[in-house]
Amino acid sequence: MFYRATLREDSLQLTLEGDWLAGELGQIEASLQDLALSSCSTIEIGTAPDLRLELSGAWLLHDFIERWRAKGISISYPQGVPPTLKLVTETLSANPSDFIELEKNFRPVTAIGRNVVDQGRAARAGLAFIGELLLRFTRGLFSPRHWRLTSIVRHVYDTGITAVPIVSLIAFLISVIIAYMGAQQLRQFGADIFVVDLVTVGVLRELGVLLTAIIVAGRSGSAFAAEIGAMKLNQEIDALDATGVQPIEVLILPRLIGLIISLPLLTVIADVVGVLGGALLCHLLLDMPLVQYFQRAEESIAAWTFWVGIIKAPVFAVLIAMAGTYRGLQVRGSSRELGRLTTVAVVQAIFLVILADALFAVLFMEIGI
Amino acid sequence: MRSDLSQLSLNVEAPAVQATGVVNRFGSQIVHDGLDLTVNRGEIFGIVGGSGSGKSVLLNTILGLRRPQAGEVRIFGIDLNALNTAQLRIAKQLYGVTFQAGALFSSLTVLQNIQLPMLEHLKLSARALEELAMLKLKLVGLPVEAAHKYPAQLSGGMIKRAALARALALDPPLLMLDEPTSGLDPISAAAFDELLVGLQRELALTVIMITHDLDSIFRTCNRVGVIVERRLVADELAKIVDHPHPWIQAYFHGDRARRFGAIHGT
Repeated sequence: MFYRATLREDSLQLTLEGDWLAGELGQIEASLQDLALSSCSTIEIGTAPDLRLELSGAWLLHDFIERWRAKGISISYPQGVPPTLKLVTETLSANPSDFIELEKNFRPVTAIGRNVVDQGRAARAGLAFIGELLLRFTRGLFSPRHWRLTSIVRHVYDTGITAVPIVSLIAFLISVIIAYMGAQQLRQFGADIFVVDLVTVGVLRELGVLLTAIIVAGRSGSAFAAEIGAMKLNQEIDALDATGVQPIEVLILPRLIGLIISLPLLTVIADVVGVLGGALLCHLLLDMPLVQYFQRAEESIAAWTFWVGIIKAPVFAVLIAMAGTYRGLQVRGSSRELGRLTTVAVVQAIFLVILADALFAVLFMEIGI
Repeated sequence: MRSDLSQLSLNVEAPAVQATGVVNRFGSQIVHDGLDLTVNRGEIFGIVGGSGSGKSVLLNTILGLRRPQAGEVRIFGIDLNALNTAQLRIAKQLYGVTFQAGALFSSLTVLQNIQLPMLEHLKLSARALEELAMLKLKLVGLPVEAAHKYPAQLSGGMIKRAALARALALDPPLLMLDEPTSGLDPISAAAFDELLVGLQRELALTVIMITHDLDSIFRTCNRVGVIVERRLVADELAKIVDHPHPWIQAYFHGDRARRFGAIHGT
């Protein structure tokens, strides 16, 4: 199918024919291996007019010729060397250095050392980023010319207003869950009314701001990292830098300030929806009149309850914005890096938010509010 | 499998690419209005045209990535838009493409980039996969060390060569190159052109090349098509330079071209 072979004494005449194409390599290889070469000392390679010897086929032929030569069989081409075979032979012999094996030796000490140095560098770079951000931020405060108002408004819209539906929905569902679970437990000793305390205090102090921050970390933290990372891949950051525009000033600060504005506002919405959701569930589940719910809520909420929650929002906003933008700026080289660092940004933002929340809980307990 | 190409009733006589009456519109903006194009087998066909004249749109139309509003495109006699998904997958082995910015997969090494089409379309042993990819790499003149580098670590010229190696992965009879020498220094561009002409001759390829580079056109192309007024004017290189259309005159005989002629003594 791929050749005709005739044996004359110790010389094999091999006439190539048919389609020697990439898709047929397996079959060609199998059929070439069938050749009985034990008794021959020379192979004459010729070509039939219908032969289509493409590069892949020529490579395979070249490979077999090398093997035949190694066995001491001499090869001749009475009709001349087929051009593609010649190209393959020339290409491969012009670059004799063979395939380079990747270094696979694992050296534990080297690996540990490299890791330590990398971590040290990463920590220093992170610190430098925070420092520069602080510097620009304080400098910007005193020169309103450097406030990118349009940009800030855009980020308030992107991170805040477009997040209102999902934040409201989640706040509502969470308050429903708390009210429902609380009612089940508290009903056992007739303390139904404390469901109100549970929902209002829980949502206002902790859950409203925490869940909002987590949603925003997922939405906007990833958006920051991906947007800045793609700009970095596209050399847009370099272009800004070369224009004499500080990337931190036009890209990072507006996002930071935008999020500092929008996250507290979103938290207020989450608080309102959460409290109302609790009211609705108490009314439907516990047959509690709405008036009674709000009276009880007023009694349970202390002066600081609302502010304890809302005061955390700007801090969370800073953490989310820094994690997102910093990881975005670290992207270099490939689209895989972009994906990896976006993931890191979100995971880190959520981690930092929860860590900060824990620290706040300790702090508030110490100062007794 | 390449043998599956037989299912497609390839026309042995048909030109490599034949487009008739192609109309491409974006909203109210008409890019091509009844464009005709014939690319014969075994020639290097250059496509030139002003920025925004629809060169890349034409390329995408030929590739079957874009369905024109009217007209048809045949590659070796096959209308890609008339094929079903399975046939289309096979038919795409007929051509290799390089895109303007290289479009190498940035998360894969150069070698893996070349292997990707082979893995998708061919059943090869691990050794054949490795060595065939290395052959393609060497064929385009890349150093062996480049095999395990990522695209971000390559220079512009190496990216163009790696993209060409990937386009050649399946031994396609037709190559389509979108500005293969743009962004290269004149010496690298000349080396690339030389490589292209050599490969075209040795492998009997048909090449369609979009380019702005006058040097490149004179070094490589047999025929040239110019997109003017939403159509293509095509002729042999020696004749097209005398076409009366003002844009073509400006392109081949403008200041830029005269300087070129003065240097090259044409």
